[in-house]
Amino acid sequence: MSLVIPETNPVPTAPIVVIRDVYQSFGPVEVLKGLSLEVAKGGVICIIGPSGSGKSTLLRCINGLVPIDKGSIRVASFDVHALKTDQEKIALRKEVSMVFQQYNLFPHKTALQNVMMAPIHVLKEDKDEVHARAIALLEKVGLSAKKDVYPGELSGGQQQRVAIARSLAMRPEVMLFDEVTGALDPETVKEVLNTIKALAQEGMTCLLVTHEMRFAREIADEVYFTDGGVIVESGPPAVLFDHPVKERTKAFLSQIL
Amino acid sequence: MRILPWCAPLPQRTDLPVLLPAAAHLARQAARERTAGVPMLRLHATHGAALLLLFAIGCAIAEVQAQAQPANPSILATILKWTPLLLSGFMFNLAISALAMAAGTFAGLFLGFAQISRVAPVKKGAWLTTHFFRNAPWLVLLFYCMFLLPFQITVFGVTIPLPDWIKATFGLALPVMANVSEILRGAVQSIPTTQWESAASLAFTRRQTMWMIILPQCIKRMLPPWMNLYAILTMATVLVSIVGVSDMMTLTRQALSAENRPGLLLAFYSYVLFWFFLYCYPIARWTVRLEARYAVDV
Repeated sequence: MSLVIPETNPVPTAPIVVIRDVYQSFGPVEVLKGLSLEVAKGGVICIIGPSGSGKSTLLRCINGLVPIDKGSIRVASFDVHALKTDQEKIALRKEVSMVFQQYNLFPHKTALQNVMMAPIHVLKEDKDEVHARAIALLEKVGLSAKKDVYPGELSGGQQQRVAIARSLAMRPEVMLFDEVTGALDPETVKEVLNTIKALAQEGMTCLLVTHEMRFAREIADEVYFTDGGVIVESGPPAVLFDHPVKERTKAFLSQIL
Repeated sequence: MRILPWCAPLPQRTDLPVLLPAAAHLARQAARERTAGVPMLRLHATHGAALLLLFAIGCAIAEVQAQAQPANPSILATILKWTPLLLSGFMFNLAISALAMAAGTFAGLFLGFAQISRVAPVKKGAWLTTHFFRNAPWLVLLFYCMFLLPFQITVFGVTIPLPDWIKATFGLALPVMANVSEILRGAVQSIPTTQWESAASLAFTRRQTMWMIILPQCIKRMLPPWMNLYAILTMATVLVSIVGVSDMMTLTRQALSAENRPGLLLAFYSYVLFWFFLYCYPIARWTVRLEARYAVDV
């Protein structure tokens, strides 16, 4: 197993996400084989790597959608690996929000209703307050004009920005982005990435699984390269992209850069 | 290059990317028909026209036969004479269909929820019940209810009579229940799992996810098969004539024997058929329209 912890840790604050030696398998298929990483509060990390290397599974483990077999995951005050009941997992998910590759908006609700639903019904917050916040969030992602439109009438990029606003409405501590631009055409990728960049600059803790290398280089504090369920190599983007050490990393980067 | 004839069914599993949307569409359609459980009614206006033609032929035959005995009134006058009675029977068919549908839907929704329960015995039991009543012949269930239910029940000293038609309604409600149960299960399972996943990641409970996110999306998927089931049930209500309930079918038979003119048979039964067509045709058309409307945004 490889436990790679960056030697020069650029983040001064205490880590909010700590993943130690995590193993996870779907039946006979081992997806994660002793994977470790940590993210500082307000930090932005990007996880890159070939398909099937366990990137998305890792994110799903972090918010308790997928249980892990071994190891530990700590997010804020939650020991994710030890959460048993639905209530405990729900408490965690109030702090950790996830944005998916396929947007997964609720098709029977308008953009505004999509954003408002969880704060009203999950956090039991005041409707008017949530409404004001939802409007502000849609404004922020540049979609206030589309607030009463149903997801089916929005473009992919617009849907993804609504999905981001929907996650933000929960005021999470940590945001997980699972290949959020994977289903978008190159032109709309940019509008989504700009939204995420603005978030990162505001100090939101972000974990991104991405194939957008230029974007990763631009916003990440730390980039992790995964393959075969382990972190092969990690480091600040300038180091990892320009001076990779491991052969596997070099091979991967030479394919896509 | 092998050219597929236009009528060849598209493969459901394929490696050719261009065929994937069609394959997905076919798989969805197959799933829909499986959950519908009963054949989808595809009534067209031409069917009504054919019935009218059959009725006209029946009348013509009866007229020709009537020439021999000029004392008989004309065929249309005979039918008109019986129409109020026949329609009272038809109303009875409709009442039975509405009651059986209401009771069956009510029970079926419970059974359907039990089928998607996370408690294994509940789930297994509901599955077994659903499939037993869904696959049993309707007529057999009807006979069961007619002969196994008492003619009256006493609850807390109050005696409630159970007339035959109530028992028959109950008998028809059983297969409706099983089909509704399956329609609900099918609809819930047809919602992509990603909806559950994204609701979970927003910290919704399972119950909240079900009621606020999954079920609202299910209703429009359930409506077409549910309406189709109702049309099928309405046509199946004539089964109650076999167990002695005075529905339109029974009354037609009685009218025919009162007239004692064998020539009337074809005309009378096509007349009955036409009334059922009049009632079921709009439902079938509406079902098709809803299906087409909802099929777009999957």
